[in-house]
Amino acid sequence: MRDTHKETVVNLALGLGLLLVPLWALWADQPFTITLATRIAILALAGVGLNLILGFGGMVSFGHAVFFGVGGYVAGILSQHATSGVPVLGLPGSNQMLVIWPVAMLVAGLLAAAIGALSLRTEGIFFIMITLAFAQMVYYFAISWPAYGGEDGLPLVLRNRFPGLNTMRPWHLFLVAWGVLMVVLGAMAALRASRFGAALMAIRQNPERAAAVGINPYGVKLVAFVISGMVTGLAGALMADLSRFASPAMMAWTMSGELIVIIILGGTGRLFGPLAGAAILVGFEVTFGGMTEHWKLWLGLVLLAVVLFARGGLIGALAGRARHG
Amino acid sequence: MPVTLALIFEQMLNGVQFGLMLFLMSAGLTLVFGVMGLINLAHGSLYMLGAFFCAAGAAATGNFWLGLVAGTAAAAAAGALIEVSVIRRLYTRDHLDQVLATFALILILSEGTKMVFGPFPLYLNVPPILSGTVDLGLTPYSVYRLALIGFGLAVALGLWLLIGKTRLGIRIRAGENDREMIAALGVNIRALYTLVFALGAALAGLAGALVGAVQSVQVGMGEPVLILAFVVIVIGGIGSIKGAMVGALIVGVIDTMGRFLLPRIFATFMEASDASGLGAALASMLIYVVMALVLILRPKGLFPAHA
Amino acid sequence: MADPVLALNGLRKSFGALKATDDVSLTLRPGEIHALIGPNGAGKSTLIGQIAGKLQPDAGTITFRGRDITRLSTAQRARLGMGRTYQISSLIPEFSARRNVMLALQARQGHPFRFLRPVMRDRALLEGAQAILARVGLAGRASVPSAELSHGERRLLEIAVALALEPACFLLDEPMAGMGTEGVGKLVNFLHGLKAQAPILLVEHDMDAVFALADRISVLVYGRVIASGTVAEIRNDPRVREAYLGEETA
Repeated sequence: MRDTHKETVVNLALGLGLLLVPLWALWADQPFTITLATRIAILALAGVGLNLILGFGGMVSFGHAVFFGVGGYVAGILSQHATSGVPVLGLPGSNQMLVIWPVAMLVAGLLAAAIGALSLRTEGIFFIMITLAFAQMVYYFAISWPAYGGEDGLPLVLRNRFPGLNTMRPWHLFLVAWGVLMVVLGAMAALRASRFGAALMAIRQNPERAAAVGINPYGVKLVAFVISGMVTGLAGALMADLSRFASPAMMAWTMSGELIVIIILGGTGRLFGPLAGAAILVGFEVTFGGMTEHWKLWLGLVLLAVVLFARGGLIGALAGRARHG
Repeated sequence: MPVTLALIFEQMLNGVQFGLMLFLMSAGLTLVFGVMGLINLAHGSLYMLGAFFCAAGAAATGNFWLGLVAGTAAAAAAGALIEVSVIRRLYTRDHLDQVLATFALILILSEGTKMVFGPFPLYLNVPPILSGTVDLGLTPYSVYRLALIGFGLAVALGLWLLIGKTRLGIRIRAGENDREMIAALGVNIRALYTLVFALGAALAGLAGALVGAVQSVQVGMGEPVLILAFVVIVIGGIGSIKGAMVGALIVGVIDTMGRFLLPRIFATFMEASDASGLGAALASMLIYVVMALVLILRPKGLFPAHA
Repeated sequence: MADPVLALNGLRKSFGALKATDDVSLTLRPGEIHALIGPNGAGKSTLIGQIAGKLQPDAGTITFRGRDITRLSTAQRARLGMGRTYQISSLIPEFSARRNVMLALQARQGHPFRFLRPVMRDRALLEGAQAILARVGLAGRASVPSAELSHGERRLLEIAVALALEPACFLLDEPMAGMGTEGVGKLVNFLHGLKAQAPILLVEHDMDAVFALADRISVLVYGRVIASGTVAEIRNDPRVREAYLGEETA
């Protein structure tokens, strides 16, 4: 089977698998498994955002958790103001997901535009360190700013609402998360196949050549950075609803590291890579976390092994190297 | 608390002390990047190991100084071991791989430390000879912190002599400029790299051990310092020891003075509770804002080592 | 005489004490091939770098199609119609030959932020790229990733990509480098036909090719243009013989 077909089969298996496992759990009355699957879907979504610039675009951002956290806080803040009735920045709060999501994406996008505009003037190790530093900046701000919980974070009293569903039920919330993930993956697939995607891929491999044909690397990378921030922000908003909590930890550098780990475990730059990676990571945590409190040691060893010896991640192992035609 | 000259002087000294300890961290990091082109996230773990082994050594022997030697040596040894087993495979890899592999090392070393030393912080006491305060005229000041300033300056001098006046230093500077060339000239690159990495690790371990006596010795203590060291290097310029010194002092002083002054400044025209919250929040962001400003004006830092 | 398409005026560039470009002025007129020759280390790459926008001159101006482009970026110059090839082939390695050309075509058309239509289904881009590849003789190798092409094929692909830009001038940096006799012969014929489409500033070491192709030759030594004129004038110029050709015949 040709490699591109192999990858499509693997993607289908992953997408359906993520739907079927909680469906079985619904039948078997195992709500915890459904919640785990929801967590996988949301982490995967966060990873999909980062993968656009990191895997596909070659920009190693070590501060993407900042968008995850900002999305979460938008959800928390809007929800809190909806409950209290007090307007925020002159506008009423909301506990409708369909309102919260665009706002979360907008705020994350604006932040990404600001951070990206500055950071993308640098490259390589500078870029890694600067994205990390900006994320830390917002993280420390969130910890010190007392209005929304500071270090303790911001609880969401009730989950935000989605029309036609009862988001307090695990299965319904899962469907929302899975649905959003699939829609975004579809959009990503279209983006990658488009002229914009071609320009981004070219810039990753040879920015000078891209410039020599008239493509402005900075502009394309900035747009990609903003889109990627928006997607990760959307994931953050969903996560705040899942855990009913928005905390500074969502923006910590360890979260940024986790997102990168998800991408490498699944396969850097592969469309469904983050889904595979999130499943592996959460699965690892659940199985090994049950066995030993030092499961992170084993995770570190596995990660090291993957980086040194199995660089293509799970999808690379199953479907071979990516072909670009 | 009113702002007096004595307080400002004390805070300035604190800022310089903080900056000099940051310098120890940043110097190692910038050396490794300058000579080997490698970004090392596990540098914070080496800081942590220095603190832990110092605490353990001091507790075992009852002597802080022996602990200090133990901590520095343990960090250097750990650095050498890591370099030979893992880091060496990363020199030819891209930055993403280096970030991931060294991130994995953080996980391994953090959990490993918890397994060996337990999950609770260790205690490290200031040695008796350095405890207490001394009168500096304007204000009494902690003897230990003065000693830290002294240590930091001594190490800076030592590094300057090493890099500028010894054969090893020449090899390091040559290596920063042209790696292939020094290999062609017969310098044993592998040994040089291991030595440079271990030297950086020793500096980090020393910093961790010294700071461990004033702050707690616990898993995870290294990463916030590591990130600050990144800010220092971005401001100072990658590969430049001089840049690391200037950047570290800038970060140390601005951060300390910012945290001291900003809440007080806001208190002059705001409610006390709002002022302290807003002041603290902005103070914590201050050095990153400074970093952003430096980047706008000098994208390669203040003293870029490579023109 | 028509205005020159490209004009360099008093260009200077130093690296520390080294004067890589020392008061260089030259023009490229419509319909001509202007060859730039000189011994190694003469500063040809530095000069090309300044024309293409990779390096900023310390002094002097560069005028292209009547505009001062001295401060413009490489991408901006490409969009204005400057088509360059690289001395060491610089392509998108994972992309096929076809996709490399399609990239240039897509950039030519503007619209860099088209997000939705898949590129590989775009008939205009696909067919356009295939046609250009046929012009340089690479039609049969269109699907091969550029990293897997032979050296000579990559040099041809460089030219194909430049063609796709429909440029107002070509900046060719040693296109014959590493090509065998047959390849060089074909390329010489090709370039001879190309100059009607757009003038060519040709940096080359292969003196036979230069004498066969050039309408004008400028000789660059230690960053200065020591002579400039027709093939016959340059061949007979004693300064040139001494500085450059002298080394060859010695």
